[in-house]
Amino acid sequence: MSFLSYLINGISLGSIYAIIALGYTMVYGIARMLNFAHGDIIMVGGFAIFTAVSTMGLSPLIGILVGVVVCTVLGVVIETVAYRPLRGASSLAVLITAIGVSYLLQNIALLVFGSNARQFTSVVNVPSLKLAGGQLSISGVTLVTIVTCIVIMLALTTFIKKTKIGQAMLAVSEDKGAATLMGINVNRTIAVTFAIGSALAAVAGALLCSTYPSLTPYTGSMPGIKAFVAAVFGGIGSIPGALIGGVILGVIENLSKAYISSQLSDAIVFAVLIVVLLVRPTGILGKKINEKV
Amino acid sequence: MKKNKVLIQDLITYGIVFLMWGLVLLMETTGSMTSLLRGLLVPLCIYAILAISLNLTVGILGELSLGHAGFMCVGAFSGAFFTRCMEGAIPGVGLRFFLALILGAVVAGIFGILIGIPVLRLKGDYLAIVTLAFGEIIKNLINVMYVGRDASGFHFSIKDTTSLGLDETGVVIIKGAQGITGTPRAATFTIGMVLLLITLFIVLNLMHSRTGRAIMAIRDNRIAAESIGIHITKYKLMAFSISAALAGVAGVVYAHSLSTLAATSNNFGYNKSIMILVFVVLGGLGNIRGSMIAAIVLTALPELLRGLNDYRMLIYAIVLIVMMLFNSSPKAIEMRGVLMEKFRHKKSAEKEAA
Repeated sequence: MSFLSYLINGISLGSIYAIIALGYTMVYGIARMLNFAHGDIIMVGGFAIFTAVSTMGLSPLIGILVGVVVCTVLGVVIETVAYRPLRGASSLAVLITAIGVSYLLQNIALLVFGSNARQFTSVVNVPSLKLAGGQLSISGVTLVTIVTCIVIMLALTTFIKKTKIGQAMLAVSEDKGAATLMGINVNRTIAVTFAIGSALAAVAGALLCSTYPSLTPYTGSMPGIKAFVAAVFGGIGSIPGALIGGVILGVIENLSKAYISSQLSDAIVFAVLIVVLLVRPTGILGKKINEKV
Repeated sequence: MKKNKVLIQDLITYGIVFLMWGLVLLMETTGSMTSLLRGLLVPLCIYAILAISLNLTVGILGELSLGHAGFMCVGAFSGAFFTRCMEGAIPGVGLRFFLALILGAVVAGIFGILIGIPVLRLKGDYLAIVTLAFGEIIKNLINVMYVGRDASGFHFSIKDTTSLGLDETGVVIIKGAQGITGTPRAATFTIGMVLLLITLFIVLNLMHSRTGRAIMAIRDNRIAAESIGIHITKYKLMAFSISAALAGVAGVVYAHSLSTLAATSNNFGYNKSIMILVFVVLGGLGNIRGSMIAAIVLTALPELLRGLNDYRMLIYAIVLIVMMLFNSSPKAIEMRGVLMEKFRHKKSAEKEAA
């Protein structure tokens, strides 16, 4: 029974990674950039919700809404100010700028909220589920996380397949020049991608801080890196890949924490990533790129 | 003609190092050296060596590595382990430090080859994330490693000190997350400067050699390089492992500038690797002198801004973003071009008028 509960907790953690990884993977797919600041947007979302719920006393649902709005605006602002002028520059330049943005967000949070960890009150008030005659207990947060992840995946897939802006996103990710010729506003499409990715980061922040209720300016950076690993694992640029990568990563992390060593769990996660990339150099669902002379 | 130009450029680079050295000596003799600045001297050398060695991978070989701190970590721990073990056998601190430097470089270089063989098969961002993964794995493994020694030899464990099973003469050398304590603080500014010069000598000469040209050919066009008979894997591995070995040297110096060496994420985590990468990119890819200067300026900057205490990292972040925008954005480059053009016009017009 304990194995099953570790597994379910792993899937829940993996769902959070998957939601964060979506932001990475969409931005990478469309703008070909590693947005290192994504993890810190999670942290900003966490603090926005914390301020709204614990300091201002709003209801949790409105708190999440505030977090989503703050992160969406922040994502679009970052894209416009820091990343848009660098379009066409080398990918390394964009990467360093993203790192700069990440430092900036962390230090602003450090100035505003200080370095002490804040106790985050859970925004999920769902009773835990008891199965198998009370032997297996699944907490409310776990359930909500898994359900949210599935809903987001379905909604996002539909959005990309059925709406005009979703199709535009696909077109831009395939060929920017051709998309421009077809009358697609590339800058706006990329901004929308950042908005969606950042809104998802806020949701992930709410779920992450409800599961692990301690909030510091550095809360986002390790989950951000793990989610990035998940995105690469599943094949960066692929939405189902982010889901698969995230869940596998979460399960491996939780099981190795439980059965092998809690200190080595990160090392095991990274080792699995290396093995997967050596067998499939573009991730599980990644497209194979043919090289032409 | 071409050769002379290269020589002059290299001499300027060495000259800058000697100039810095002289400046520090001058400040020491005139007594204008503050304790804050004195504490910065060894780290400055360490980061300059790290930036130059990473530039070999990122700038000359053209592969993005986010795990450079991992090699530094390997060098630091193997070097510190050696000095602690040899306390009885080699009493002279200087000799031990010298041997530790060589050992650290060799071990880090071997790690570079071992990690390079699988990693260099990948490309671009995938390669970057795998190097990051290796760096984190190295840090995590060292954090759970316990090594002790007693009369019957070395004992090894990944659990805790009691499971080492040492007898009463035993000493625990590596204490897991607490790391290695009691390394002699033998690293001085002079040693750092000498090592920096040696690093410059190795990397600059490599760049101008046949090997270096082969490595740069691989960076510019892998397929074309392969078609003229350049052994891709061999040269990639060579550049990667030399870069790792130099990072290992920096690690040994780092280990010998601290009394307690622990593999925390501040010391050897991916943040450190990224910090070194920032030096390289801001200094200019493939520009050895640039990465050295960037490392020195950016290491000194947050420390010299200490008066602003809480705001210093904020300023650092803003400076970083603005510099990247100014240096790399296509619009800014165009604007600079236009300004230069205007300036030139003005000059030639003045000349004509005169």
